[in-house]
Amino acid sequence: MLCDTSRLLPAGAATTLPAQPRSRGSALRCRRRELHFPGHPALPFCDFLAAQLARPSFPPGRRVILRRGRMPPVMGGSLAGSERRARRGRCGPQAARAVGPDVAAEDAARSPKRLVQGSRRFKAAGGWALLAVVTLLSFATRFHRLDEPPHICWDETHFGKMGSYYINRTFFFDVHPPLGKMLIGLAGYLSGYDGTFLFQKPGDKYEHHSYMGMRGFCAFLGSWLIPFAYLTVLEVSKSLPAALLTAALLTFDTGCLTLSQYILLDPILMFFIMAAMLSMVKYNSCTDRPFSASWWFWLSLTGISLAGALGVKFVGLFIILQVGLNTISDLWHLFGDLSLSLVTMGKHLIARILCLIVLPLALYMAIFAVHFIVLNKSGPGDGFFSSAFQARLSGNNLHNASIPEHLAYGSVITVKNLRMASGYLHSHRHLYPEGIGARQQQVTTYLHKDYNNLWIVKKHNTNSDPLDPSLPVEFVRHGDIIRLEHKETSRNLHSHYHEAPLTRKHYQVTGYGINGTGDSNDFWRIEVVNRKFGNRIKVLRSRIRLIHLVTGCVLGSSGKVLPKWGWEQLEVTCTPYLKETLNSIWNVEDHFNPKLPNISLDVLKPSFPEILLESHMVMLRGNNGLKPKDNDFTSKPWHWPINYQGLRFSGINDTDFRVYLLGNPVVWWLNLLSIALYLLTGSFTAVALQRGVHLPAEVEGLSQVLLRGGGQALLGWVLHYFPFFLMGRILYFHHYFPAMLFSSMLTGILWDTLLRLCAWRLAPSSLARGIHVGGILSLLLGTAYSFYLFHPLAYGMVGPLAQNPLSPMAGLRWLESWDF
Amino acid sequence: MGKGTLEADKTLGILLSLLFYKMLGFLRHPLVVTADINLNVVALTGVGLLSRLWRLTYPRAVVFDEVYYGQYISFYMKRIFFLDDSGPPFGHMLLALGGYLGGFDGNFLWNRIGAEYSSNVPVWSLRLLPALAGAFLVPMAYQIVLELNFSHCAAMGAALLVLIENALITQSRLILLESVLIFFNLLSVLSYLKFSNLQKHSPFSPSWWFWLMLTGVACSCAVGIKYMGVFTYLLVLSIAAVHAWHLIGDQTLSNVCVFCHLLARTVALLIIPILTYLLFFYVHLILLYRSGPHDQIMSSAFQASLEGGLARITRGQPLEVAYGSQVTLRSVFGKPMPCWLHSHQNTYPMIYENGRGSSHQQQVTCYPFKDVNNWWIVKDPGRHQLVVGNPPRPIRHGDIVQLVHGMTTRLLNTHDVAAPLSPHSQEVSCYIDYNISMPAQNLWRLEIVNRESDTDVWKTIMSEVRFVHVNTSAILKLSGAHLPDWGFRQLEVVGEKLSRGFHESMVWNVEEHRYGKSQEQKERELELHSPTQVDISRNLSFMARFSELQWRMLTLRTDDSEHKYSSTPLEWVTLDTNIAYWLHPRTSAQIHLLGNITIWASASLAMVTYALLFFWYLLRRRRSIRDLPEDCWLRWVLAGALCCGGWAVNYLPFFMMEKTLFLYHYLPALTFQIILLPVVLQHVNDHLCRSQLQRSVFSALVVAWYSSACHVFNTLRPLTYGDTPLSPSELRALRWRDSWDILIRK
Repeated sequence: MLCDTSRLLPAGAATTLPAQPRSRGSALRCRRRELHFPGHPALPFCDFLAAQLARPSFPPGRRVILRRGRMPPVMGGSLAGSERRARRGRCGPQAARAVGPDVAAEDAARSPKRLVQGSRRFKAAGGWALLAVVTLLSFATRFHRLDEPPHICWDETHFGKMGSYYINRTFFFDVHPPLGKMLIGLAGYLSGYDGTFLFQKPGDKYEHHSYMGMRGFCAFLGSWLIPFAYLTVLEVSKSLPAALLTAALLTFDTGCLTLSQYILLDPILMFFIMAAMLSMVKYNSCTDRPFSASWWFWLSLTGISLAGALGVKFVGLFIILQVGLNTISDLWHLFGDLSLSLVTMGKHLIARILCLIVLPLALYMAIFAVHFIVLNKSGPGDGFFSSAFQARLSGNNLHNASIPEHLAYGSVITVKNLRMASGYLHSHRHLYPEGIGARQQQVTTYLHKDYNNLWIVKKHNTNSDPLDPSLPVEFVRHGDIIRLEHKETSRNLHSHYHEAPLTRKHYQVTGYGINGTGDSNDFWRIEVVNRKFGNRIKVLRSRIRLIHLVTGCVLGSSGKVLPKWGWEQLEVTCTPYLKETLNSIWNVEDHFNPKLPNISLDVLKPSFPEILLESHMVMLRGNNGLKPKDNDFTSKPWHWPINYQGLRFSGINDTDFRVYLLGNPVVWWLNLLSIALYLLTGSFTAVALQRGVHLPAEVEGLSQVLLRGGGQALLGWVLHYFPFFLMGRILYFHHYFPAMLFSSMLTGILWDTLLRLCAWRLAPSSLARGIHVGGILSLLLGTAYSFYLFHPLAYGMVGPLAQNPLSPMAGLRWLESWDF
Repeated sequence: MGKGTLEADKTLGILLSLLFYKMLGFLRHPLVVTADINLNVVALTGVGLLSRLWRLTYPRAVVFDEVYYGQYISFYMKRIFFLDDSGPPFGHMLLALGGYLGGFDGNFLWNRIGAEYSSNVPVWSLRLLPALAGAFLVPMAYQIVLELNFSHCAAMGAALLVLIENALITQSRLILLESVLIFFNLLSVLSYLKFSNLQKHSPFSPSWWFWLMLTGVACSCAVGIKYMGVFTYLLVLSIAAVHAWHLIGDQTLSNVCVFCHLLARTVALLIIPILTYLLFFYVHLILLYRSGPHDQIMSSAFQASLEGGLARITRGQPLEVAYGSQVTLRSVFGKPMPCWLHSHQNTYPMIYENGRGSSHQQQVTCYPFKDVNNWWIVKDPGRHQLVVGNPPRPIRHGDIVQLVHGMTTRLLNTHDVAAPLSPHSQEVSCYIDYNISMPAQNLWRLEIVNRESDTDVWKTIMSEVRFVHVNTSAILKLSGAHLPDWGFRQLEVVGEKLSRGFHESMVWNVEEHRYGKSQEQKERELELHSPTQVDISRNLSFMARFSELQWRMLTLRTDDSEHKYSSTPLEWVTLDTNIAYWLHPRTSAQIHLLGNITIWASASLAMVTYALLFFWYLLRRRRSIRDLPEDCWLRWVLAGALCCGGWAVNYLPFFMMEKTLFLYHYLPALTFQIILLPVVLQHVNDHLCRSQLQRSVFSALVVAWYSSACHVFNTLRPLTYGDTPLSPSELRALRWRDSWDILIRK
């Protein structure tokens, strides 16, 4: 078991491949194991042995030269080594996989212990200092000129507004889960914003309203992305240069910078995604000490971050998928380890279920609970939700209302479609235009409350006033033939054999007749779903269908938006297809009948799981409803990685203060190149390993970093990018940014590994070290310089557009599709 | 490297000598042909044919979707071009082949389900191909189970189950494509299995090559029938990839050998399918050379390559557009409908409904019909003349032009006024000088989008151009919105800011073109009304036509039509739904798509059993408890990967689809499930029944279960073949589920 290699090979291949080649010395075999089971207690001895056995005959001086030659990253290698030591106390990390032998040799070479300790301490301090520098630089870039422009930029109009709703506690509807907006609202509240700014449209000046708290909060979270990415890469590759490169790519990317500086959900989302990723790799490094405090810490932190990511946007599902895959493969390895008893296995399983499923779910639900508790006033989102839901909201007419329970003739009612976000049956004094069915009064569904939603239930055969006090109350029953008269216009709900305006296979529904006198096409049979004939019809609770007597069709809402002539309300049709779908089921919401006693509606209040389910259904439908139109420009997923086109955050003309969301092209194109290069080298290495090629230990270590660390980053990129190709909804450039974070991490790992490989090839020559250092430095400086060139995109620019040679951005418009 | 070549040389030498030896062999030994005939297969094929071909011409009326596929058969017979977005053309071509063999002339109006076929329709030969494909499913199921290394008994079981599956029978006996799709799905799986079984002992033998190639061809045939075939192709590809990965890990093979293996697989499983797929389109486009009702969807260049239609109008036009040319400009994007740049005397209303103002100048729209008002004259801004000079001065990329509306002689103009329906874009008008402070801004820079060099000449039909407004850098664009009544419901044309990026709705091409000759307005109007002349020919390459056709097929969006018998994927597994295909005009004889419910239920059950057992074994293996011997485990895994995988890839994608779905979409998935059923039964018998007694009891149960399946088949048979009229009470008795819609005459 000690020198087992099965963990590093694909599960299937583990059984078919022969055991370790015999020809290698035991020391090397130990080294091999050490590369994969780094935190084993026997490690230092093994290291020592390996170092002694590997090059026993070199004289000390030669050894030093060789070490230098073999260890190209001067700062990197040594610091990585110190990182290892610095963290062993806490977490028992994987010993330097990539740099293993050199570090070991180095350790062995240093005989005076005190000196070693001193330099260790020094290097640990260096590591922390570097992290501090990275973090500081990140904060500095993000907070620089945060207050400009002092007007609403792009989607701030939505998310700022929603933050205000939280402060004002009015209920609203949005397609994303509430956490992000709640945090924005909280940040605004704490920073003294009173929720009075209207956030009407981009370009409106903030004036005296305090907006810096909200922006600062987003920038604060956005700044953490870089240290997180830095630490993640450091953890998987054990190489400082790789981590530095990643950090530089992200710090100097104008896109990430712009996206972090405004009141948007993206910095919050990316914060949680990266936090989940970081805690996942940290936790992976703790596998050798299961159930230790740090193990529990990182595991539960992963769960918490997942809940956060999902709570901000549904895109968080992708990182959940990634953590899920990681956990499954982790458990699979543990399960195959026969030295673990099934009881231990069970503990492992339960720990993961608790931390990665139960905890996030509980937090996620808690987020919604807070959301529903905070938003307790009626607001613009009411109409999207069912009647029962609205009864919770103070200020809504259903709140604490008491209405008659059973429907009777003469009642004035509103009828709501049961499909989420479909609205009330509505009519108004406008006719269908010429050429669209009969020129009669329009009938639609409408999402907002309005007098035109009121209908009177009447008997089909008499026009006598049922509210006449002399007449007895007559209840409407399942199977009755009724007539619905529109209260405001006194026209009857009517249908006939004309095709509906949008859904051609359905019949048109109109308002017809004068003062309630129409024809037999106004008669509808009212049926309660799943009830026996003769039952009374209950307000709110009965699910009813209205069947047209003459044609036999069912009243339904198709959910399609009518053109301008229909005021962009939703189409109502009479469908000849009698399938029971929510489209054709309605319930009675408001109910006025002076002759009937009122009952309190409190019994109707839905339970929390019901609210949760309903709000998710509504969000899902909202998301699906965001469809692009044919002739509009839409951003396509293939545009994104090539940085094809940016998004205008603010300003259009030369005189405006313009901010343009566009990735730093140098960074992005380097990322793109790296993905291709990674696929090439990765598959090359994988095939070589599968063919059983014996790689030298150093190369083997590097290839493990490439395959595992790089593989994780690649998986992240794939999971955060490719699902967008399948989405029917309208897409924007900024959807790519989570994927971009992963691709930057991949770039960091890849280039560092490649340069190390180059250096290794040239090992004995003095060039080796130069190549690695020079390569990394030039990449760092290159990105920094490109940031210098492109920084006006993020920090804002005034003056002529880039096509004008006088513009500061002249010559930087490398693609015709960029417009700044 | 040198060593590798040496090895290759050596292998080649050995191969050659072997070949030589074989060739001379017949001189020494008598030539003997031994044939193994598996009578099981013959018998199964026989009953398969019997069940599918029996009374094939009945009913002699249009049944269900025959009405849909029939019209395409007629198009093929008449060689008229059509566009069908439901799938690539191979399936339609196969059906048309039946019509061709039966001598069908295409003269039948496919307009109504239930219409009697006229005597010129060769019903038998039209229905023959799907029926044959359906019949061969029976022996193929047998072969597949056999190739999976399960027993003859299990193989017979699979074949017999496919034989008595009512839904498969119904679907095979009509002019429909599902049975052909399933046939090619199974063929690709079968030939891959044959190939991989040969891999062990005789790689690179002729039969190895044959099955490998057949896999590729069958896959592309499946894709060529319906896009759903792609998923089976991907399944086969991924299984092949796993096998190839093991091959790479096999260190007994030399590098050269592994490379040859990989190369052979790449050629057969990637390149051949692509070529075959292209071949389908090639034949399709060769066959359909006449213009027809779907022309309008295609680009002008494509239309001009068809006989008749646009080609007749544009034949003989001058190729290069010159100053003074009279042209019609068609929007390349063609959505929401194909249309031409148009103007007419009416002006934009002074005030719109919502209170905004307009320039009150002459309307410019996009009009979906041919009209004399679609003609524009390309004018050189520097000169006054509207005729083509001698020699004509061609217009190149980047030139500045003015566009003069032919009938009103006004110039195309745009300015900083909001467009009527798209207020973020500029209004486009034909300029009228109202003597207010609104100068004409009528200069446009021509940009050829598909140019090869920056000096390209603007060509009729071929060139896709955009017009960039010189003053405001707005681009002439079709917004896609319908103007209200004042604009006669024509489509809105706007000037869009260049910065919004590239979109096809900004691109136009010249469709009709002639060199203008008359300077006088009256003469010119006459000229505009007369047809174009002169003669040159132009061709579009196959690849250009293919890519356009493929793209249009994939992006064509048809209205989501509801259907009485449409269903959701969840209803399929439990057979909650059926489809009434046909009802006899007088009696109550009727055809339904209705599955053998015993088979459906037990197939799903078998799959669940398989999944549970698989995970149980897998977990135990991970703990090093081997319940099954290695070879047994491997074949159990392969059977599951193919059958469960086949079911999953043919079923789960439907949950993502937004089109109208029907029960018959489930049949390919079902077939894979049925094949798994005997595999699971055999496994239970061999490995889970411990004693002889248990085995006997189990066998007896299986026999009883199969007889019940036969009974169900027999009971539903009248609805499958539609040959016996049943009384209302009998029909009511058949309605085993409330959701089944069986037609009862009152």
